[in-house]
Amino acid sequence: MAAIAMTPCGDFRQSYREDTTIFPTRLSRHFAIAGVALLCLVPLTGDRYVLSLMIQMGYLGIAALGLNILVGFTGQISIGHAAFFGVGAFASAWFVEHGVPVLLAMPLAGVATTAVGMVFGIPAARLKGLYLAIATLAAQFIIEDFFARARWFTGGVAGRITQPPSLFGFAFDSNETYFYVVLVWVVLMFVAAANLMRSRDGRALVAVRDHYLSAEIMGINLTYYRTLSFGISSFFAGIGGALYAHYILFVSVEAFTILFSIQFLGMIIIGGLGSVMGSMMGAVFMVMLPEVVQWFADAVAGGMIDRALRLGNAVSFLREMVIGAAIILFLIFEPDGLAHRWRLIKAYWKLYPFSH
Amino acid sequence: MNWELLFQLTLNGLIVGTLYGVVAMSFVLIYKASQVVNFAQGEFLLVGAWVCWWLLTEHRVPFLWGFLVTLAFMTLFGILIQVVVLRPLIGEPVISVIMVTIGLSIFFQALMKWMFGVFAQPFPPIFETQVVNVMGLEVQSVYLMSLVISVAIMGGFAWFFTASKHGLAMRATAFDQQVAQSLGISVRQVFAMSWAISAVVSAVAGVVVGVVNGVSSALSFYGIKVFPAVILGGLDSILGAVLGGIIVGVLENVAHFFDSTLLNWGNMYQIAPFYVLVLILMIKPYGLFGTRTIERV
Repeated sequence: MAAIAMTPCGDFRQSYREDTTIFPTRLSRHFAIAGVALLCLVPLTGDRYVLSLMIQMGYLGIAALGLNILVGFTGQISIGHAAFFGVGAFASAWFVEHGVPVLLAMPLAGVATTAVGMVFGIPAARLKGLYLAIATLAAQFIIEDFFARARWFTGGVAGRITQPPSLFGFAFDSNETYFYVVLVWVVLMFVAAANLMRSRDGRALVAVRDHYLSAEIMGINLTYYRTLSFGISSFFAGIGGALYAHYILFVSVEAFTILFSIQFLGMIIIGGLGSVMGSMMGAVFMVMLPEVVQWFADAVAGGMIDRALRLGNAVSFLREMVIGAAIILFLIFEPDGLAHRWRLIKAYWKLYPFSH
Repeated sequence: MNWELLFQLTLNGLIVGTLYGVVAMSFVLIYKASQVVNFAQGEFLLVGAWVCWWLLTEHRVPFLWGFLVTLAFMTLFGILIQVVVLRPLIGEPVISVIMVTIGLSIFFQALMKWMFGVFAQPFPPIFETQVVNVMGLEVQSVYLMSLVISVAIMGGFAWFFTASKHGLAMRATAFDQQVAQSLGISVRQVFAMSWAISAVVSAVAGVVVGVVNGVSSALSFYGIKVFPAVILGGLDSILGAVLGGIIVGVLENVAHFFDSTLLNWGNMYQIAPFYVLVLILMIKPYGLFGTRTIERV
């Protein structure tokens, strides 16, 4: 994190502590705090539509951050992230069904998902690259099949109904109130991830990604860190899934398909592999995308383009195509994602009239 | 135990398995030549089958001509994909390459759904007699055709890689790109050619499946079924891919048989290959015939 600090003139750090700080300048810390404070005011506008989009960005962003820790920081690839997201959703609903309060069920669901992730992480500890990709692909199908079959856990094909969280008799059952639940979790998880990357464990993960042989020679236990990364990623997915479950209030078996997994991959590619804030940018992009496609379809509705392409009934396909195209285009033209672009923009304005 | 049903299912498995084998072979071809793991293999089947269907039904082209035009189109399609999408990514980490093929996969899946709808469309009948009697068992004539075509393709591959100049160039490239280049082989051409051949061969399989089951987006699932087959056979072995395909075909049908008669778990037909896949990755990740270059940690 520290290496990308945008300090305009010179590098005056004198200790490791200064080097690994989350916020390189006091100003950036104030900006972050002010940003969170501003977000707290959003429910006051009372715009349900905007709130529901932001809640989606929140829980998807948390899950995407988990995937980014696995893919972007550790260099392991997973095509089964939606399945773990689903495990979190079902586990939380299951805990609530058995009398656990919702706010406690969420972290418990995260722990349960970590356990499941660790089981599938065992091959991850031994395999790398494309072999792991294929193993997680298998995990996606096996877990999806398990959802359909395990009626005691998921309610079978009928799905499972659950309840909104409540604290001291106050129910977070509207967009305005649930927004704060998601916001708290988002801040918590993103700060946790940013801190993880400053610690020895976080640097070990990056070392495993960059050159695993050198990492091993430096005394990093590869098996341990690969499995750990899988576990952490599953934990984030589980929390995201739990937030999703108690927002939608109905968890269906069909929600966690491979297409959803690919969307998570798309989020981190578009946002920026190996960037904490990039995960959120990717989630924002992915949530806004269908809205923009819909807006585009509405804008040209009835016109010539609409009639020629039959846009009206193709919006969902169009959306998938745009996701696919976005993944391809970003990988070819902007492999570092939106986070990199954002850094360039910041650097440009920081030095504004004299950018060279 | 219903032995006759088991035998019938095993036979089905063999026939479907040879098709898996063909698709797996074209997957391995790309992997061997250009080191790209193609998650969009199923979309080659899908695109090929839809193009052929479109020519046959909307334009009333006779089957043979429609088929040939489809193959020509798929040649161009394969080359285009390689040149436009994969060439800029040469030298990028394996994760990027995997993800770009995943992107291609959902792009073309959605495009095909948009252009041709989500419902399965039947091919016009190609043979006059629908069912042939082989050794007391009723076999659909299209299945027989698919078996003959698959075996012919496999024979063609064997000839191509052992006797033809281009095939040898491709093997040389797979063995060592720099040495191949210094011997005057154009590695770019070999890459493009491997994608073209792979697309064409997959399209043949796609048309065959389309004739049997109708054309629908379910075809792209063949691209995912390929993974158990190639991992079982070893990622870089063409013989392994064929054998792996046949084993997976038989396995899923036998699993289906035991599932429907004994276990009643449901959906084993789809899932059994993936359990086997995980098992193989745990104990023998280089498969039956693959090169043992996987680094274990």
